[in-house]
Amino acid sequence: MATQILMPALSPTMTEGKLARWLKKVGDEVRAGDVIAEIETDKATMEVEAVDEGKLARILVDEGAEGVAVNTPIAVLAADGEDAGATTAPKQASPAAPKPSAEPAPAARPPATAAASPEKDWGPTAHISVREALRDAMAQEMRADDRVFLLGEEVAQYQGAYKVSQGLLEEFGARRVIDTPITEHGFTGMAVGAAMNGLRPIVEFMTFNFAMQAIDQIINSAAKTLYMSGGQMGCPIVFRGPNGAASRVAAQHSQCYASWYAHVPGLKVVAPWSSADAKGLLRAAIRDPNPVIVLENEILYGQSFDCPTAEDFVLPIGKAKIERPGEHVTLVAFSIMVGVAMKAAEALAAQGISAEVINLRSLRPLDIGTIVASVKKTNRIVTVEEGWPFAGIGAEVNMQIIEQCFDWLDAPPARVHGLDVPLPYAANLEKLALPQPEWVVDAVRKIV
Amino acid sequence: MAQAAVEAKRRGKGRDNGSGEAARARLLRAYHDMLLIRRFEEKAGQLYGMGLIGGFCHLYIGQEAVVVGLQMALGQGDQVITSYRDHGHMLATGMDPKGVMAELTGRATGYSHGKGGSMHMFSKEKNFFGGHGIVGAQVSLGAGLAFSNWYRGNDRVCLTYFGEGASNQGQVFESFNLAALMKLPCVFVIENNKYGMGTSVERASASRDLSKNGAPWGIAGMQVDGMDVEAVHDAAEQAVAACRAGKGPYLLEVKTYRYRGHSMSDPGKYRTREEIQKMRSERDCIEGARHKLEGLGVDEAELKAIDDAIKRQVQEAADFAQSSPEPDPSELWTDVLLEG
Ligand SMILES: Cc1ncc(C[n+]2csc(CCOP(=O)(O)OP(=O)(O)O)c2C)c(N)n1
Ligand SMILES: [Mg+2]
Repeated sequence: MATQILMPALSPTMTEGKLARWLKKVGDEVRAGDVIAEIETDKATMEVEAVDEGKLARILVDEGAEGVAVNTPIAVLAADGEDAGATTAPKQASPAAPKPSAEPAPAARPPATAAASPEKDWGPTAHISVREALRDAMAQEMRADDRVFLLGEEVAQYQGAYKVSQGLLEEFGARRVIDTPITEHGFTGMAVGAAMNGLRPIVEFMTFNFAMQAIDQIINSAAKTLYMSGGQMGCPIVFRGPNGAASRVAAQHSQCYASWYAHVPGLKVVAPWSSADAKGLLRAAIRDPNPVIVLENEILYGQSFDCPTAEDFVLPIGKAKIERPGEHVTLVAFSIMVGVAMKAAEALAAQGISAEVINLRSLRPLDIGTIVASVKKTNRIVTVEEGWPFAGIGAEVNMQIIEQCFDWLDAPPARVHGLDVPLPYAANLEKLALPQPEWVVDAVRKIV
Repeated sequence: MAQAAVEAKRRGKGRDNGSGEAARARLLRAYHDMLLIRRFEEKAGQLYGMGLIGGFCHLYIGQEAVVVGLQMALGQGDQVITSYRDHGHMLATGMDPKGVMAELTGRATGYSHGKGGSMHMFSKEKNFFGGHGIVGAQVSLGAGLAFSNWYRGNDRVCLTYFGEGASNQGQVFESFNLAALMKLPCVFVIENNKYGMGTSVERASASRDLSKNGAPWGIAGMQVDGMDVEAVHDAAEQAVAACRAGKGPYLLEVKTYRYRGHSMSDPGKYRTREEIQKMRSERDCIEGARHKLEGLGVDEAELKAIDDAIKRQVQEAADFAQSSPEPDPSELWTDVLLEG
């Protein structure tokens, strides 16, 4: 009986890949465990091992083919003794599966119509991924300042667990790109100590879930020392890594820490969405004399946006960006939820509702001025975040709006947020737990 | 010692240490349990590739002798806790392959009703306490399970598994101190598979003999060949007996090897294919047991019958895991808190 070999999913977020190379040819015997092909994803090149035995009867996807969707048949394996030519109607190797939930794919790039934004024009741009933008930001700052170094788990030889630090070890060497053991509390404390003595560490957490091991050093040591020392001893340090849900990695690996860190005086907190956000904000964070938390997002790493190429491009911490101007309602979002809000705004436009989308970029300090100005124009506000509602970013933004422009509001402020439960693993439940553009549309329709 | 002997008798598997029937039966059982884990994991890898399993999925292939050898030294009521690389531990404690596989596919019939996934499964019935995603966290929890035995004054023991990568975490050393201080019945098991993700043990730990990591607290330690299920079993008997006798914690560094990537998205550039191939062809725990069994006169047909039965069992688990329904949307809101 012939079996199809399907394009495998090699990571939680992979949906397609390039078939880089075939290592077996038609007619070859294949044993379980043999490497039959190499596949490239945006993260890495991976080897595909055969799980069944037999003779490679047909190759269905040629070497070099790009964008091959997961589960596409790529070859046909004939069982021992079977005639390879007789395998014209191969049996599907598996019954059809319910597809894993598709992630909300934010709009590919901000519309060119962000006219209301007072953004400086930085000139020419290049279309690069958020992953590249982060790497470039670190490289540029490391070139400019020898005090800057990167440490964390798998940042050097492995090139980053999510390949954000690709190439940095080669350029800067093992003194400045440092692999640590899995000892978050210890290496964070070590980095904070180094920062107190004038170095400028960038600490990569493989994900922010693991920063909980180190949160005492972040809050009690990094955030409070300047104050406790009467201003003598600051802590210029960056803590960065992916925050929030990825895809199907369950409760302990899928949490948004935005409101946790934004709660703390003595910290700055930024949450980039686009490549420009990522590059501009990370550069600012590295230069900042304070501890800065940079909340990245794994799903955004692979998405590409236009990003200024100017050598001195940087963004101010504490300034929001109007991604899409509008008249009837203000949508306030950060990180991956900016994409969700942009999609919602598009859907609302089709229904005759014009939404203004504010990308917060920075959570602490919060650019409340930009939000107030917008609400005074639209008279309605809906906040959008992936995290839990209780004492969340939306709660804070809406409270400040009530304090500062209550009389301009034509409807109660509304919040869209992740459901108030630990994130479930099952595909259908996970999808139900995380904000979708339709949730935003519904929330808006209730108040407009 | 007397206590250990009584315990062994109670469980009906006294160590006669002779060649005899008992040794043969024990090895046959170990062979079966290891093969079940191997086939189960191969199937899980296959289902992942088909998009039926999502997220992180850490396979145990290569390490089967560790959990099987250790489990054979346990009795009723002893506890087990481990990390995210947990499928083998669950099968070894006797959890149903169907329920484990269905959790991997995120279905209502899984051990956590689809809400935990690969890294987070539990069985109160089998005294399996998870399935933990944060490296090192389960080690303190394991000390707590042992504490509960101490507190109740029973002679139960907790097996606390963690990787050599996890062994560097601060809370591991804190747990060593607590367990030694209070003489908690905890066997700390370092599954040294040489790598934590892409970092070799030499690049992560300044300690060259992890079995001595508990020495400052007076914790007895031993290095064990984790590719030999009988060696693991012997060491386990000794460690568990010491714990049961009230001598406090024990540390086993079990030297093993994982054949597959860290999880499914591991490009594997930190080691050579030859290194993997060498372990596979020269040290494989299942092949090793098979050779010994043949030497003991177990014939081809008997082994084939075991292989076939396991193949069927794993296929049934896979079918069950694919045909079971997804959890009901109402499950989103259950199990957050208990009524109280
Ligand atoms: C606190 C924490 N830091 C980092 C991670 C990411 N991570 C998951 S497994 C792993 C490697 C662990 O290696 P080891 O303890 O040797 O166990 P093995 O995977 O080899 O079984 C890392 C770094 C995590 N889950 N938790
Ligand atoms: Mg390891």
